[in-house]
This record gives sequence, C-alpha cells and structure tokens, in this order.
Amino acid sequence: MNTSAIIFMALAQTIITLITFSFLYRAMRAKKRPEPDSYADNDDDDDDEN
Amino acid sequence: MSTNKEAWGSRIGLILAMSGNAVGLGNFLRFPVQAVQNGGGAFIIPYLVCFLLMGIPLLFVEWSIGRYGGRFGHHTTPFTLEKMGGNKVWRYVGVFGIFSNIAIAAYYCYIESWTLSYTMHSALGSFKGLDQHGVADFFSNYLDLSTTTTGIPYEAVVFFLVCMFLNTWVLSRGIAGGVEKMAKIAMPLLVFFAIFLAIKAITLKAGHENAVNDGWAGLSFLWTPQFDSLTNPKVWLAAAGQIFFTLSLGQGSVQCFASYVKKKDDIALNAMSAGWMNEWVEVVLGASIIIPISIGYLGIDRVIELTNLGGLGLGFRTMPYLFQQWGPILAAMAGIAFFGLLFFAGITSSLAMGTPILSFMQDEFNWSRKNSALVFGGAVTALGLPTVFFFQKGVLDEYDYWAGTVSLVVFAMLEIILFSWIFGIKKGWKEITAGADIRIPGIYKFIIKWITPFILIIVFLGSMVRPVNDDWTKVSLRHWPLHKESIIGQLIHKDIGPNKAYFTDAFYAEFEGTVDSISSMNQKTILQVSSVDQTRSETYILGKKTEPAVKTGDQFQAGDTLYTGKVVNRILYTDLARLLLLSLFLFSSVLVYLAAVKRKKYADRHH
Repeated sequence: MNTSAIIFMALAQTIITLITFSFLYRAMRAKKRPEPDSYADNDDDDDDEN
Repeated sequence: MSTNKEAWGSRIGLILAMSGNAVGLGNFLRFPVQAVQNGGGAFIIPYLVCFLLMGIPLLFVEWSIGRYGGRFGHHTTPFTLEKMGGNKVWRYVGVFGIFSNIAIAAYYCYIESWTLSYTMHSALGSFKGLDQHGVADFFSNYLDLSTTTTGIPYEAVVFFLVCMFLNTWVLSRGIAGGVEKMAKIAMPLLVFFAIFLAIKAITLKAGHENAVNDGWAGLSFLWTPQFDSLTNPKVWLAAAGQIFFTLSLGQGSVQCFASYVKKKDDIALNAMSAGWMNEWVEVVLGASIIIPISIGYLGIDRVIELTNLGGLGLGFRTMPYLFQQWGPILAAMAGIAFFGLLFFAGITSSLAMGTPILSFMQDEFNWSRKNSALVFGGAVTALGLPTVFFFQKGVLDEYDYWAGTVSLVVFAMLEIILFSWIFGIKKGWKEITAGADIRIPGIYKFIIKWITPFILIIVFLGSMVRPVNDDWTKVSLRHWPLHKESIIGQLIHKDIGPNKAYFTDAFYAEFEGTVDSISSMNQKTILQVSSVDQTRSETYILGKKTEPAVKTGDQFQAGDTLYTGKVVNRILYTDLARLLLLSLFLFSSVLVYLAAVKRKKYADRHH
C-alpha cells in the first residue's frame, strides 16, 4: 500500500472514528432532563420514585 | 385533535433508529464505487467538505423542523412547513415528505427483498459450484420472474411480499415497540457483520484461497488520492450527492422521527451522534468490504469495469462468487453476513420511510396504528409491484431517479430556503440550539443561512443542465450538450435514443458497441450487448414474436437494427412509471387537502 493512501485512509478513518464515538459518549453521559421528557422507558421508574 | 400518542423509548434508541434511517445499502454499495470513480482517496476531501457544509446543516435544520412541528401535534412535513411558512403553498411543498417516502419505499423494499433472498441462498449453499457467469446468471434469473432459483414460483414476488409483510408488521408495533426495537437489534448486528467482513477483506493474501492480490491492494487502490480530480466539478457534485443520499436528507423521515422529541430535550447532539455514526459506517466499514475483496480476486482493471455498472451489480452478481473461494462454511458465513448486513441496513431505512405515513394517518384521520401500517403496506406493495414485474424495463430506475433523487434535492432546497429565509435564521437558530447538550459553533448560523442554500441551489441547477460526459469545460450558452441523466435530458428522453415509439416492429441500437452473446433461456432469446468503451452493457430479453437481426460478435452503430418483430419499447414503461409517480403526488396532495379541510372544521367547531 503506498504512503499517500495509508495517510489518507488512516487520517480519515481515525478522525471520523474519534468524532463519532466522542459524540455518542457525550449523548450517553448527558444529564437527564426532568420528566416529562421525550423518552418513555424511564417513565414508570420516575412514577415509582414519586 | 390527533390521537397519536407515540413516543421514543430511550435516547440511544432514537439515535440508533436515526442512524439506521441513514445507514442503507448505499453505505456499502454506493460509497466505495463513488470513491473509486471520483478521485480515490482524494474523494474524501469534497465528501467531508460537503458533509460539514451541507450534511450537518441540513441535519440540524431537519431535526429542528421536526421537533418544531411536533410541538403543534404535526409529525409530518405538510402542516409543519405551513406553520413555519405561514402560507398554504408550503403545505403542498410538504407533500414531498409523504410522497417521497412511499415512492422510495416501493422500489427500496424490492431491493431489500433481494438481500433477504440472498441471505437465505447463502445459508442454503445455492451458489456452491457456480462459476462467475453462473452467479451473474443466477441474479438475472432471479429478476426474470418466469425462472425460479429455488422451485418457488415467482420467487422475487414472494420475497418482495415477505419483505412488505415484515415492514408492515414492525411498523404496526409502533415507534418504541417496532422501529426502535428493530434498530436496537439491527444496528449492532450490522456493525458486527461488517467488522467480520472487513477483517476478512483486509487480511486477504495473494496466492491464498485463489486470491490474486492482497486485500491491502484494494484499499490502496481505493484510498490513493488523485489530487487533479479536485478541480473537476463532477467530483464535487458526486460528493454532494453521496452526502445527501447517505444521510436520508430531503425525505421527511428525519423530521418525522424528530417530531417525537420535546422542546426542552436535545436535538443538536442527537443529530451529530446519528449523522457521524452513519459516516463511520460508510467511510470505515463500507470502504473496507467490497472493493478490497473484489480487487483481491478480480484485479483492478476488472473492478473498474464492474464499478462502471454500479454497486448493485458488484454486490449481487459478483460477491457471492468471490465468497465461494473461502470454502463452503466460510462462504456461507460471509454470504449471510454480507446480505444480512445489507438487509438490516435496508429495513431500518424502509421502516423510517413508513413512519411518516403512519404518523400522517394517525394525526390527520385518527386511524389506528395497525390500520395506518396496513395503508402503508398496501400502498407500497401496489406501487412496488410494477418495479418487480417490469424491473428489466427500467421502472425501478425511473422511481429511483424522480422520487429517490430529484424530489429529495428539490424538497431539501425548498425546506432550507423556508427555514433560513422565510421562517428566519434568528428563530431557526433558537430552534436548533434549544435544549442542546453541545455548543454549536456560531459559524453554522452563517452556513445555514447562506452556504447550504447556495450549495443546494447549485446542486439542483447542476443536475438540471449536467453536460454530456460531465465535462463542464466544453459548454457554452450556444452549445450545451446535455447528459442523458440530467433532469432536462431525462424529461426529453435523451437516454432513449432512436426507440421513441411505444409500439414498433424493430428495436434499434442505442449506442455503438458489440454483440457479446445471444443465448436462449425458457424459450426466450437473450441478447447481451456492450458499448465500445465498456461503460454500458444491456441485456435484452426478446419476446416470442421477435427475432435477432445480429449475430454474436457483430459490431453495430447507434441506430442499427438489433432485433425485429413485435416490439414494445422501454419508453412505454418509463412514461407509465412517471404517470404513476405523478398520480401518487396528486393523490398525496388531495389527502393533505382533505386533512386541511378536516382541521378547519375542527377548529371552527371549537371556537
């Protein structure tokens, strides 16, 4: 594999991978909003707490 | 007024469903082919520039249009756009967000059904012992409905119906219970299958398992930058097109998914997570499968020839043969992984196309989710069957061109003009940043207002008057030969050549080329021809009352007679397909009109 191809592939794939997973990580770690929010899965839990 | 009580189950579910919407067959079949044809590694430069200047802004705009509409109980584009634009005209612009989804689903589900069938055939070992021509013929036979590859009569129709049933059933389970659940299963499996195939592709060794090149040779070919390509407008238009289609923009499905997000909840980080996830699947996984494997076995020159015929041909006519080189067990596993990942990529996208239709019926006519799913299933099956029965006549291509290409560009261009210039970027920016979990760089305010609309207008105008051979240096106002795939070129049937009559007694060659073969199958004569420059090949299936006027190996000029007898030309099917699409758009507009009348009556009663 020639050098320019390796540089292009490594740069593009590394940058895209890092950005993708940093956004996903931030979305998963983001603070939850108070109910009622847009997501139904946590509704029952919150009702129980109340 | 609406009884629509749908909601997302979780944030990760929404992100996966939105990524699943974007990740489609094109990530694995279209992107690598586009990269090979448009500058190799250098293609990533215009591609990422277009992602930053057009893809990301449009994602922000579509997510915020959706969430804005949801606040008023609108989960589809017609009434959301009317609310934003303050004029009834926008209601009918919003019809694109209904029309495109049905029309695209009609042919997309057919292609999706091929992946389902090929997953089964890979598991059953149907490709075992077939040579390269045998595998290619297997695909031709599959598409030719009168031939069966399994003993099931009308196999392609059966798989299409199974696929429609699956889509309808999942949709009838609702957003959280159907679409989201499917995304949570399909996306991880898709990534797992893709990683397995990418590792296998990259570790191919010349001399082992009949490979003639290392897997790295394919990657080297794909990623070697040809910097001179960056000055070619064709490459930039191709990059803009790829970004546009890969993110499922201009379709109405992103807006529909986002309409179930409340105002205080984030859309900016969600949009970035889903959008970049699609890019990761495309650039990291999509680029590492079909090109390295096919170059590993067929060499660079043959793969260049095959990519000229498109990604679908490479995927279905060639890949099953290449997998056979790995021995029966690995071949079955690779086939299941490859066609399985394509099926998951397909179904998550087709479910996204169904969601706006269900939402529209639930919002506007108070239909139950199940009945709405049946409406979608019925409409798509009815509109899809012509693509199944008349695939060889170009009906699928016609749907893809007008609904899956032109409509998306037109709708995205109009919606960003509405968002930036009519609704106003000030209000628009507030919508985008409300509840955001990330800080969006202020430069995007400028980009959304000026750069993205400008790019979309250029893409639209460029598609209208695209010159022949994509050579923009040789055009002038006095001399502008149009590309056959330009919008104007299509409207005037530039690709039809001399066969402009619906019914005639002779079929004439549409290009200069050679007769590759004349064979017979099931009492039908198959005439295969290819152009001199190898960029075009056609297979003509002659009817019972027609006779070839050429022999194998004959050279012919455009306009020469290829066969005679009772000929029904492709233009008839092309025009009928256009008529169907136009009728669908008008029918969707009538539905929107009826919904508006219903809304008005409801409002009058409550004042």
